[in-house]
Amino acid sequence: MIEAPDNLKYTEAHEWLRLEDDGTVTLGITDHAQQALGELVFVDVPDAGDSFEVGDACAVVESVKAASDVYCPLAGTVTEANPALGDQPELINSGPYVEGWILRLEPQNPEYLEDMLDAEAYQQLVAGAED
Amino acid sequence: MTMTEPIIFEYRGSRRQPFTPLSEVPANLPEDALRQDQLLMPQVSELQVVRHYTRLSQLNYSIDTNFYPLGSCTMKYNPRICNRLAMLPGFLARHPLAPEEQGQGFMQCLFELQQMLQQVTGMAEVSLTPMAGAQGELAGVAMIRAYHLSRGDGDRRQIIVPDAAHGTNPATATMCGCEVVEVATRPDGDLDLDALRTILGPKTAGIMLTNPSTLGVFERQIEAIAAAVHDVGGLLYYDGANLNAILGKILPVDMGFDVVHVNLHKTFSTPHGGGGPGSGAVGVGERLRPYLPVPIVERRDGAYVWADESDRPQTIGRLSTYMGNAGVLLRAYVYLRMLGDEGMQRVADFATLNANYLMTCLAEADFELAFPERRASHEFIVTLKKVTRDTGVKAMDFAKALLDRGMHAPTTYFPLMVPECLLIEPTETESKQVLDAFVASLVELRELAYSDPQQLTTAPHSTPVRRLDDVRAAKHPDLAWRGAPKPTSK
Repeated sequence: MIEAPDNLKYTEAHEWLRLEDDGTVTLGITDHAQQALGELVFVDVPDAGDSFEVGDACAVVESVKAASDVYCPLAGTVTEANPALGDQPELINSGPYVEGWILRLEPQNPEYLEDMLDAEAYQQLVAGAED
Repeated sequence: MTMTEPIIFEYRGSRRQPFTPLSEVPANLPEDALRQDQLLMPQVSELQVVRHYTRLSQLNYSIDTNFYPLGSCTMKYNPRICNRLAMLPGFLARHPLAPEEQGQGFMQCLFELQQMLQQVTGMAEVSLTPMAGAQGELAGVAMIRAYHLSRGDGDRRQIIVPDAAHGTNPATATMCGCEVVEVATRPDGDLDLDALRTILGPKTAGIMLTNPSTLGVFERQIEAIAAAVHDVGGLLYYDGANLNAILGKILPVDMGFDVVHVNLHKTFSTPHGGGGPGSGAVGVGERLRPYLPVPIVERRDGAYVWADESDRPQTIGRLSTYMGNAGVLLRAYVYLRMLGDEGMQRVADFATLNANYLMTCLAEADFELAFPERRASHEFIVTLKKVTRDTGVKAMDFAKALLDRGMHAPTTYFPLMVPECLLIEPTETESKQVLDAFVASLVELRELAYSDPQQLTTAPHSTPVRRLDDVRAAKHPDLAWRGAPKPTSK
């Protein structure tokens, strides 16, 4: 069983999102994604001020197995990227929902968050893919 | 067998006289160009050198001694005769800038190789200059781009790539200034044709496909895909990575492809793996012919000549200083000449027979196939996700444990979309006994995964080095030996 906290939203591409009090949205990859990738060796994060449309590659995560794009599930402008990941990409392995967050963005349409998967639906998605 | 071997510079304390390449200073060099320090050379005798390199070769895992199910992707067996003939003194001593009249024999080999590759692919013309598969891809997409530009169709920048593609495909498209658009694969391993149709349009430059695909299955809708791409004005690029499966059986041109690259080092007998040398010869249909990279060997008035930029003003240019990797081209020439049409078909026959035999044996032994309803091409995919879920033992642990049983691991964790997968390619030259032994090893390892998982998770146990730290190797590569003694001044 993978971890998927109830207070987050999820995508089918195994990203999580959290709406913060200041209206920004924090984005990372899920516990399932980090397990599938294995130990991370490199993370490429965007710069603050970069803008993305839905589906744009906004970050790259690279493990000993594979390199994978992280697709931006919400259009918006990056306010901050996790500065610690440059030296410690393994933070995504140790705490994908906490210290392993990837970026924060100012979303154009925060209401689209409502359409994303909740924790239960995401758990079902992962369980279905494994059968 | 000794399990470690020092670096040759570490043979110290020997009283041997160090080898000095030049005992006298050449008279025509100015004083300030002469080195002041003594040249750092290993201090070893001839016998020490012989033992050093023989021991290193014994520590190496080699297809000369053991099974290698990475397949043609990394190394299939390459007949000795190919290398021997490519090493004839006349070939080795030939200078690449020698005048054409002094290289007619060599040029005839290349000319005939171009013709044979035209036959293998069905293309109108072939250029041998790309020096690697990735360079062949670069040439292919650059030609597609040049074709659209020459027609004033500069907005065609989108290159479509399946989600299961080799990583070089999207990289190539990006290097050529194109935009990569990914298209999904259906659960049965074929391309999602409906999804493709929604992507195709006036911006489509082309699509890059491997057939059989990286999933080890033959794309059954290839004719419909080709028609759909051509209908919107795009071109089809064939990645020849998996040519071993279809050699002499089906021509890329008949599948609708406009441009092809062939990995001569994979399919046509060059020892490679680990970085080269390679050759990514490219073939094209009539439309792309003017853009082929140069030089190309042509026959004029009974003599072989290099066709260059002056003969082909629309060429995308040169990809190598001379005409590609001569040794790889010659080995491919010998291999093709020896096989002939019939032999080439037998390569495909046995490559696919061996893969299907192995796949069937593993399925009967209850291993889970990624595409159980599909016939294998020259390779197939097993997923160990159930074993991993039950025991925690991963595909990588199986791979490492195979090394202890004298077998190389198959490709692991590719394609990325199949969890805990092994991509197995036995190749045409392996015997039934070897394939049966491989099945027996995998069955034994699966039993161990349930009864004594630690044996697998700590494997390998009997190799010169144990499990390496992949993460540290990726993050802090240690590539240079820094222990060299400081050269003494004169």
